[in-house]
Amino acid sequence: MGEALLSSKNQKILKDGFWDTNPITFQILGICSALAVTTQLKTALVMSLGLTFVTAGSNVVISLIRNFIPSQIRIIVQLTVVSALVISIDQILRAYMFDVSKQLSVFVGLIITNCIVMGRLEAFAMGNPPWKSFLDGLANGAGYSAVLIIIGIIREIFGSGTLLGYHVIPASVYAQGYVNNGMMVLAPGAFFLLGIIVWIQRSISGYKES
Amino acid sequence: MKFIEEQLKKVGQLFEKGKPLEKLYPLYEALDTFLLTPGKTAPKAPFVRDAADLKRVMSFVVLALVPATLFGIYNTGYQIELAKGLAHSFWGAMAAGAWKVIPIIVVSYAAGGLWEVLFAVTRKHEINEGFLVTGILFALTLPPTIPLWQVAVGISFGVVFGKEIFGGTGMNVFNPALVARAFLFFAYPAQISGSTAWVAVDGYTRATPLAVAAAAPKGTSVVQALADAGYNFNNMFYGFIPGSIGETSALACLVGLAFLLVTRVASWRVVVSCVLGLLAMSGIFYFLKGTDRLAFFALPPYWHLVMGGFAFGAVFMATDPVSAAATNTGRWIYGFLIGVLTVLIRVVNPAYPEGTMLAILFMNAFAPLIDYFVVENHIKRRVRVKS
Repeated sequence: MGEALLSSKNQKILKDGFWDTNPITFQILGICSALAVTTQLKTALVMSLGLTFVTAGSNVVISLIRNFIPSQIRIIVQLTVVSALVISIDQILRAYMFDVSKQLSVFVGLIITNCIVMGRLEAFAMGNPPWKSFLDGLANGAGYSAVLIIIGIIREIFGSGTLLGYHVIPASVYAQGYVNNGMMVLAPGAFFLLGIIVWIQRSISGYKES
Repeated sequence: MKFIEEQLKKVGQLFEKGKPLEKLYPLYEALDTFLLTPGKTAPKAPFVRDAADLKRVMSFVVLALVPATLFGIYNTGYQIELAKGLAHSFWGAMAAGAWKVIPIIVVSYAAGGLWEVLFAVTRKHEINEGFLVTGILFALTLPPTIPLWQVAVGISFGVVFGKEIFGGTGMNVFNPALVARAFLFFAYPAQISGSTAWVAVDGYTRATPLAVAAAAPKGTSVVQALADAGYNFNNMFYGFIPGSIGETSALACLVGLAFLLVTRVASWRVVVSCVLGLLAMSGIFYFLKGTDRLAFFALPPYWHLVMGGFAFGAVFMATDPVSAAATNTGRWIYGFLIGVLTVLIRVVNPAYPEGTMLAILFMNAFAPLIDYFVVENHIKRRVRVKS
């Protein structure tokens, strides 16, 4: 060991997950929830926190026991860990943020089947030590969160004229004939935004179709 | 002519490689080839370069749209006069209509053209004349009351998402003008549907024929309901009814169609099969009519031809050579299903009074698949004959 907590290798893990191999824009994973929970910024934020917690947490746990998991049943073991984390999040949301929990409906539970979580466990946590796995989970969670939050902000502003529930587009603009964009509250609106974000991110990061 | 040529040549030097305006070459090229026939010829002997290149073909479509545009302007003004109870005068109607319609067309061209130039300059290709068609087509499918900023938003979406992301003119899966309209339809439904959108007078409401027909209660006569609202076959055919700017007159679309068929720009197979599909499906409904069914079922099938945007869509949208099926058999299937879907959406889908736009977009998506099976089938048959 003896490696610094944020050595250049570890920094690369962070950067990869967040930017170079961003789970949404590079790997095109987790699209379903990105479309479903982003009509408002609030739900997008809660979902982001939830997923980041599960990815980082399950990465650490699986990484700790990676040498004891028989490879034939590793998916079941992974699922058990992920489910435990997701259920605890779901319970916390129901206890303290019941309205948000109702809006997110099945999508919290569906984190269990989120490809990002399983993908990181299989691709990273099964072969790397806990600290690195934690960073990897954190970075991927943050990469997912960033996209969700951007989409959430745009959809809420243009779809409802609000941000976190507060009116941000002044009434004088509406008086000039402006109207909210109904497309933004529909799933196709999120699809187009997602497409634009993927487009921009890939042109900056220099993605090449293999 | 000589003068223009010399001046263009002089200015053109500024746009050549290494000169200060090199980046804007597509702009110069567009103006040059728009005014003058391109001087390019085929380099080797067995090839001939047809004078009817993309630019001419697109100009033909714009010419074919002239009757619909002029009538649209006149009718917009005429409907204003009717709604306000003013005395009718031809030039008065033209002026009032132009006041509403011209800004829509100008904004459509300006906003869409901006994106077009932006993409042409960054991608270093020529500005495609396809946009001349898209810009006017889109404007003509809008209600005269549409806010101008929505026109700009719509055409921007249509050009970027309907065309440029696929690689530009000739690569698009969907008709860009219809993509633009569909975007407005779902994003700002209040301004492009309902009964207040169709006459450019504030607070004036008049339902379109399709809305009237769809609202006729069971057991009543749909033709009577239309007549009560002031609609009959003749005025719907000539187009003296409220509606989107360019689509009210089936007659103007027919004139455009004749021009497109003579110049061989549009495929007659697509148009004929659209009409057949429409008649077939509405014929089935007519056959099924009864007092316990929707009153809309009992509409004489040929009335569907002159209602809503069907004539305009079938002539100018469905025949778009890029987004339509490309094989002859494919064209029959593609057009027929557009007709069928149009009637299905109109008559039995309560959410959408008009189905032409959605039917064409839907079949645009299927056109490559239809072509694929037609070609596969053709190959199979050839192999069988050989062996």
